[in-house]
Amino acid sequence: MRRNVDILSEIDWFTVLLFYCLVLFGWLNIYAADYDENVVQSIFSLTVNSGKQLIFIGFTVIIVTFILAIDFKFYNTFAYVIYGVIMLMLVGVMLFAREINGARSWIQIGQFSLQPSELAKFATALALARYMSAQDFKIKKVRNQVGITFIIGLPMALIVLQGDLGTALVFSAFILVLFREGMSPVLLIAGISMAALFILTLLMKQTTLFISIGVIGLVVILASEKTFKRIAIIIAGVLLIAVTIKGIDYAFYKILKPHQQNRILVLLNPNIDPLGAGWNVTQSKIAIGSGGLSGKGFLKGTQTKFDFVPEQSTDFIFCTIGEEHGWIGSLVLISLFITLLLRIIYIAERQKQRFTRIFGYAVASILFLHFTINIGMTIGLFPVIGIPLPFFSYGGSSLVAFTIFLFILLKLDAHRVQMLAH
Amino acid sequence: MFDSRKYILQAIFIVTGFIYLSKLFAIQVLSSKYKLAAESNIIMEVIEYPYRGLIYERNGKYLVVNEPEFDLLVIPNNVQPMDTSVFCRLVGITKKEFDEKLLSAKKYSYVKSSVFQKQIPLEEYGKIQDYLVDYPGFEIRARTIRSYPDSLLSHSLGYIAEINRPELKKDEDKYYHQGDYIGKSGLELYYEGIMRGKRGKKFKIKNVSGVEKGDFENGKYDTLAVPGLDLYTTIDATLQKYAENLLEGKVGSIVAIEPRTGEILAMVSSPFYDPNILTGRNFGNNFAELQADTLVPLFNRPIMAMYPPGSIFKVIQALVGLEQGVIDPDELIYIDGTLIGDHAPPGLYDLHEAIKQSSNNYFFKVFRKIINHNVDPNTFIDSRIGLENWQKMLMKFGLGAPLRIDLPNEKGGQIPGVAYYDKIYGERRWKFSTIASLSIGQGEMLLSPLQMANLATIIANRGYFYTPHLVRGIGGESGPLEAFTVRHDTGISTGYYDIIINAMEDALKNTAWRAVIPDIAICGKTGTAENPHGEDHSVFMAFAPKDDPKIAISVYVENAGWGGRAAASTASLLIEKYLKGEITRPWLEEFVLKGEFIY
Repeated sequence: MRRNVDILSEIDWFTVLLFYCLVLFGWLNIYAADYDENVVQSIFSLTVNSGKQLIFIGFTVIIVTFILAIDFKFYNTFAYVIYGVIMLMLVGVMLFAREINGARSWIQIGQFSLQPSELAKFATALALARYMSAQDFKIKKVRNQVGITFIIGLPMALIVLQGDLGTALVFSAFILVLFREGMSPVLLIAGISMAALFILTLLMKQTTLFISIGVIGLVVILASEKTFKRIAIIIAGVLLIAVTIKGIDYAFYKILKPHQQNRILVLLNPNIDPLGAGWNVTQSKIAIGSGGLSGKGFLKGTQTKFDFVPEQSTDFIFCTIGEEHGWIGSLVLISLFITLLLRIIYIAERQKQRFTRIFGYAVASILFLHFTINIGMTIGLFPVIGIPLPFFSYGGSSLVAFTIFLFILLKLDAHRVQMLAH
Repeated sequence: MFDSRKYILQAIFIVTGFIYLSKLFAIQVLSSKYKLAAESNIIMEVIEYPYRGLIYERNGKYLVVNEPEFDLLVIPNNVQPMDTSVFCRLVGITKKEFDEKLLSAKKYSYVKSSVFQKQIPLEEYGKIQDYLVDYPGFEIRARTIRSYPDSLLSHSLGYIAEINRPELKKDEDKYYHQGDYIGKSGLELYYEGIMRGKRGKKFKIKNVSGVEKGDFENGKYDTLAVPGLDLYTTIDATLQKYAENLLEGKVGSIVAIEPRTGEILAMVSSPFYDPNILTGRNFGNNFAELQADTLVPLFNRPIMAMYPPGSIFKVIQALVGLEQGVIDPDELIYIDGTLIGDHAPPGLYDLHEAIKQSSNNYFFKVFRKIINHNVDPNTFIDSRIGLENWQKMLMKFGLGAPLRIDLPNEKGGQIPGVAYYDKIYGERRWKFSTIASLSIGQGEMLLSPLQMANLATIIANRGYFYTPHLVRGIGGESGPLEAFTVRHDTGISTGYYDIIINAMEDALKNTAWRAVIPDIAICGKTGTAENPHGEDHSVFMAFAPKDDPKIAISVYVENAGWGGRAAASTASLLIEKYLKGEITRPWLEEFVLKGEFIY
């Protein structure tokens, strides 16, 4: 058995290629998003976002080198330590950071600012993988379920307290990991049902909703066996749904802030406020929709260039692709992402070690949720939740965090044969 | 364990990708809605205003020109720290005004330009221009306003002003925009469509704040502004100026027409105003002042005022009577002043003498014969038939309805007919004696001064006229609008006119000795229109020279008493001025200018 592995021959070069394709494609689009004909600036200029992003990209090379150089056992061994450190950083941020855009989530380090909540994603993934790969772990055991809930719930709660609901939401992606590892699908279905109920609550009048549910319950009772137990269960179910509706209503209007309520309401009907909360979605759809089949051409997009789309180099970066490269560009980008996601699942599935597989699924799930929400919001399928498009959006924290996330997996994968021995 | 679940997850990823690509296909490829929305986001229309047509008088002098005027614009974002006090002195405002103006500009937009100082005249602009480079953020936008070098012809020229709501609503072609200037009265209104030209449009690209970012598609869709056409009017500026001079300080009107063509040589409504006050930044105040004036200076009397014509109408009665064959011009009729009050002494009168002496009783009898031909034994019915025929003949003189001069809001006066009296007295409840005062141009009859001048034209032409008009050339085309080239005949034999004309020549010598010019044969008729509200109105119509008429004229001076004095003297001076180019009777000019006609 070889003790040392030639990392360069074992690493999954296909994933590395996909990664750099996305990063470079993103970099070009960051340049295009802020491009101004009248102030022609080089893509390398440090006064524009693309120049800064290039520094971040360079930085990822250093990080990748580090990750690949560190002993592969480090990640398993120190999973809890890393998790603990990051959790402490989350608490620290809340105590010491200044508020930016209503959220207290940035740490200032010299010239650069860092968002620990970005790092919390891979830290949680490591902790979860470690916890679930334990010998005596059984997903059906209540004790283990509590453990999982704690590991995922702690960073979520801390990030919610920071005021960054969007990032907190990302942690719900871990449900997919749990599902893969044997969690009862009831939870997944229940989650989807809750979402449907949520939308219905906002769309329909409550009385109408109550009456319809009552009628449905009645029909079910009439159609089914009329044993006492059956009827009792159905009535209990109807009451549970009614209470849930009340609960959702309360949560939505009393807990969410008005701007968050608006983002969701606007999604259901963008016309209620086309210049206010609906502005982002409307303008983003206009920019993407005006791209046509093949787009207006690199640097030729008018909607993004003239600032009609807000946040066009970060959360709304997809608008630039849609406008300048059209449907073909969208096809390329979405294909790259889906290919990457499938490749990660392929990598995860070829692991003999549970730890690496769980970690692999965590990477795929988090990337998938980011991808789904980010692109979904730009085309009006999701509410506007300010989370970046991985590898693509402008921003150092996000790029660095996702790079670490992905390359830890590639490092573990490169050593999969050794892992078994270990 | 649970290995099959990897397929479910893979399926979720792939299905999501497909859903997104389908949705993207729908909004990017299938729908054109977003492409249109994107264009309307970035395209900004910039309007290029055309040059409004100029107005000339008949000898080529300018009546109306365009003068540049300048708005000082500011883009607050581009304003640099500067010495405000120097700038304020330059523009002529106080520091307080400066702050207020800048604040209101900021309220509108920091990045778009708004008007800082409106309508800076050319002289002031010259001062500011050189220093403006030192003040980034400030720029000049040139516009043009109307200007009237001789301050003449205020009423006929009219004025332009910002379009109002009702006008915008009426604009079916949707040509005008809010804030556009439009002709409001006079020639400016009548020839609006010709003088305004055509707006050009430039398509610019703008960003989300409305800041211009260049041409849209390199100006492919841009159109150039087409300048408006110039108007060549029939007005003789020298005569017009003299006429305004003579009427200044009085209330009344003058209309002078070239008989052969119907071209209006001069047209005055008094009181008049300097048209220059209705341009530029004081429009609002000046307009309000004019509107509040009890002498209604905005009222264009020659075409809008309606007066009883008085004795000048007798010559028309004579023509109608002659044509109907109810008068023998040579028949001597005894007149004694019993039928109606009269200045003419009792005695035997033929037609010539009756016109010369302006005998009321003679024309009372003439009109009775015109109304009562005894075609029906019932005098009520007989009067109806007579009045109807009379009215028909008068309509051919351009009376009772607007002449349709090329000015808006012309009034048609009133020639009362059967329907009119039926309405007042009831059917068959009126006869000749009821309407007898019409015989001497009093009663319910009303004419505009323009119609009176047109009567003089008809007599000068011995029976026809062209509709009076003010414009005889538009742009490069000479000749008036088609309507003004149609000859209107009165249907009365030319020979009868000669009888009348001879009598008018003598009448002038008899009733208005001041008006006589030794070497010009003037034919005229005075009138004194009874005014129940005060002094009588002084009326006169005339043409000259007798054998080759060059000018036909009507003068109406309100509350100036006897027609032989005020109106006739004024007309005489104008005829002399027009035909000779000089005034040989300074005493008469002094008499008219002094304006003390009642004594």
